[in-house]
Amino acid sequence: MNQYPAWKYLLIIILLVVGMLYALPNLWGEDPAVQVSSTRSAVTDGTIRDLLESKLCDAGISVKSIEETDTGLLARFNNTEDQLAAADLFKDALGPDYVVALNLAPSTPAWLQAINAEPMYLGLDLRGGVHFLMEVDMDAAIQKAMRRYSSDVRTILRKDKLRYTSIRESGDKLVIKFRSAEDRDRAADLIHDEYRELQLKPVDDGASALLEATLSEQEDREIRKLALQQNITTLRNRVNELGVAEPIIQQQGDRRVVVQLPGVQDTATAKRILGATATLEYRAVDTKHDIDAARNGKIPAGSSLYKSRDGSYYLLKNRAIATGDQIVNARSGFDSNSGSPQVSVTLDGKGARKMLEFTKVSVGKPMAVLFIENKTSTRMVNGEQVVSNRKVEEIISVATIRGVFGRQFQTTGLDSPQEAHELALLLRSGALAAPIRIVEERTVGPSLGAENIEQGFLSVVIGFVLVLVFMALYYKVFGLIADLALTFNLVLVVALLSMLQATLTMPGIAGIVLTVGMAVDANVLIFERIREELRNGNTPQASIHAGYAKAFSTIADANVTTLIAAIVLFSFGTGPIKGFAVTLSLGIITSMFTAIMGTRAVINLIYGRRRLQRLPV
Amino acid sequence: MRILSEDIRIDFMGRRKYAMSLSTLLILASFVLLFIRGLSFGIDFTGGTLIEVAYPETAELEGIREVLGDAGFGDAQVQHFGTSRDVLIRIAPRPDRASAKLSEDVLAALKNADSSVDMRRVEFVGPQVGEELTEQGGLAVLYALIGILIYVALRFEYRFSVGAVAALVHDVIITLGVFSLLQVEFDLTVLAAILAVIGYSLNDTIVVFDRIRENFRRMRKGSPQEIMNVSINQTLSRTIMTSLTTMLVLIALFLLGGDIIHSFALALIVGVFVGTYSSIFVAGSSALALGVSKADLMPVEREDKEAGAGDQP
Repeated sequence: MNQYPAWKYLLIIILLVVGMLYALPNLWGEDPAVQVSSTRSAVTDGTIRDLLESKLCDAGISVKSIEETDTGLLARFNNTEDQLAAADLFKDALGPDYVVALNLAPSTPAWLQAINAEPMYLGLDLRGGVHFLMEVDMDAAIQKAMRRYSSDVRTILRKDKLRYTSIRESGDKLVIKFRSAEDRDRAADLIHDEYRELQLKPVDDGASALLEATLSEQEDREIRKLALQQNITTLRNRVNELGVAEPIIQQQGDRRVVVQLPGVQDTATAKRILGATATLEYRAVDTKHDIDAARNGKIPAGSSLYKSRDGSYYLLKNRAIATGDQIVNARSGFDSNSGSPQVSVTLDGKGARKMLEFTKVSVGKPMAVLFIENKTSTRMVNGEQVVSNRKVEEIISVATIRGVFGRQFQTTGLDSPQEAHELALLLRSGALAAPIRIVEERTVGPSLGAENIEQGFLSVVIGFVLVLVFMALYYKVFGLIADLALTFNLVLVVALLSMLQATLTMPGIAGIVLTVGMAVDANVLIFERIREELRNGNTPQASIHAGYAKAFSTIADANVTTLIAAIVLFSFGTGPIKGFAVTLSLGIITSMFTAIMGTRAVINLIYGRRRLQRLPV
Repeated sequence: MRILSEDIRIDFMGRRKYAMSLSTLLILASFVLLFIRGLSFGIDFTGGTLIEVAYPETAELEGIREVLGDAGFGDAQVQHFGTSRDVLIRIAPRPDRASAKLSEDVLAALKNADSSVDMRRVEFVGPQVGEELTEQGGLAVLYALIGILIYVALRFEYRFSVGAVAALVHDVIITLGVFSLLQVEFDLTVLAAILAVIGYSLNDTIVVFDRIRENFRRMRKGSPQEIMNVSINQTLSRTIMTSLTTMLVLIALFLLGGDIIHSFALALIVGVFVGTYSSIFVAGSSALALGVSKADLMPVEREDKEAGAGDQP
């Protein structure tokens, strides 16, 4: 007799229920929404909410709900017109400190949200948006580093009155020419003491003594890593400008960054903003003049008034001590004496000289870091696009000079390791980054995205129904049982995609369609085997048993090999192709379960206890 | 319902000479096509810019070409895509122009000429990225084949493994041949489809091999050729049934899935068709040609038990 132990039924029922629960959110649609967030100010304290509600009320826009999220506020609307109007309204009301982004928010009911059930995450080809692959010009980063070393080496050689004929940069190499080998060896010692990250190699070309300096492997790697990180940080800041709801900024490989901006259609603006520049300056704080008088309009000559991140004002001297492009590196860490968080900054030769001059006469006085960004914004005015550029200047740190320093110094007294980390990031992103350029772009307009969803959905449904009908006709009751398993399989795939929040793409939908076609294969194998056993004169019960037992290893072998192909696809593919690999693999795995255990459970339930003469297969 | 009679006995192996000549012919024809006409590679592999736009009414391609020519894109390929309102514009990579900006310029020119134009999608692939994608794609196919070769060799026997891979290479080459013949665009999704074909065709082949192994162990009498014949016949209705259900969904995808998925679905349709044929005619006879025999498949301990359990007639 064919019977399953109770735990197997229980397992199937639990999986079925869990699968249905997590697939469920996909039945609800999405609300057009506006997301309000800010990196600087609190959004969720109620005042902003009241302000927005009153603005909406004044403008006569009906809002479905305003709710608090992890990142800020989310206002849902009934239609896209209201959403767009509200977004413009919010931008005007809140000013530049807030990010106002259009979004499609899933309208999953609260009880489903409570168990973290979310709808599938749609890829850019389905929801519309921009995908950029950007590449950091690493050669330029290395060259820039070599240029810095060349000026630094020049400085220390001059300081020690060591004569050299010439210093030349060639690519990733620095070639210094000396009159004599003696000079060269002394210089090599000197350079080695000061810059341990340089690898020095004496070369004799007959007439003169040469010294070749290259970056050590570790330093080379470090520079590349920093150039990439710096660019990612900068891109993050820029994307915040754009007001994109769920941007993805991801490192890919060792010199590329993927930027995905769902919902963005205006690629021109996106490119302009992503390419904007930022820099920073070290400036002396003007302590001679009264800050309150300055705030009332009496700004002394040679100084300017700036606002700090924490909201306080400072008067800064107009002349910069050092600028962003003179910063070689900025790292956050801990003070070895006090254990408090700190940022250590390294300047290049030129910056170090100026810093030394300044600190010699300024111990005990405060010094500030001013962050300068060139922001571009576009807004619609009377149906016309207006592009405006503005310079945003902001003080990111003020510290008292505790001693005389040049090339290297520390900023201490920071409140938290988090703050230190942020300051270091800002210092690095203000330093001139290695240039970055777009090497791949994929933009999908909203109309095409919507059409893709529609067509994808339709082909899944039609393909699915065709297979259901075919199986039912061919295998009768057993076919219907297989249909049940196939439906269960589809639910499980959707549930898994929703749980993993894996990106669903158009090829991903094709993968689902394909698994529908292939998932029945296991059942076909089993049923054909059962038919064969019956033909050989076995009893129905024995045939069911033997059919499942004999088909199992075949099914496993066949699926493992398909899985190999899917895994290769996953590791080599990018974007949409990965989506295909994901749905294909998930479909194969779940189909093994539903087609073998699922159908067996039903067949056991129906036929397991009976004496049968014939099987409807 | 049955497609095939219960007692089917087709002499596949006896006709393997014909099948082999047909396969050889098809492969040769595919090679000739690939050499002469080549594949119509999409910008994923060649690099370049692709812009799809939609007009509210039927779009005049001549007019669009003129507008683009005036804007300095005389070399642009302009064609309808799917419907007569959708237009696909392809521009080869240019060394003289910041390539990411190119699509902006094209869209601006089109918008100037007719403001009702709607941007559907823009794809730009830098030449270097294109090269990398080509390389990765080739490697992906290669690694998939090697992975499968190893798995089949471990589970069965190396001759089966060679037979399976021979069938796969056969399928891939002929599918590529069809793409060359029809000059359908070959892009990343088609490559994905080719890998899926590899997975599918193998699935089919494995099922046949599994039965061959089982029968080699069970049947006392019969030459390898006879055993293969019996095995293929026993699995035939399953082979056809699964190919049919898969074809059903693929045709649904081809007809309803939209233009972007078109060549993807086509590759799979061709691949599944050829894959079904090859698992019947090519895979087994390749193993046979390499001299697979009963002794090669004698059971090892663990599988012995498995086979024994359900074997009593």
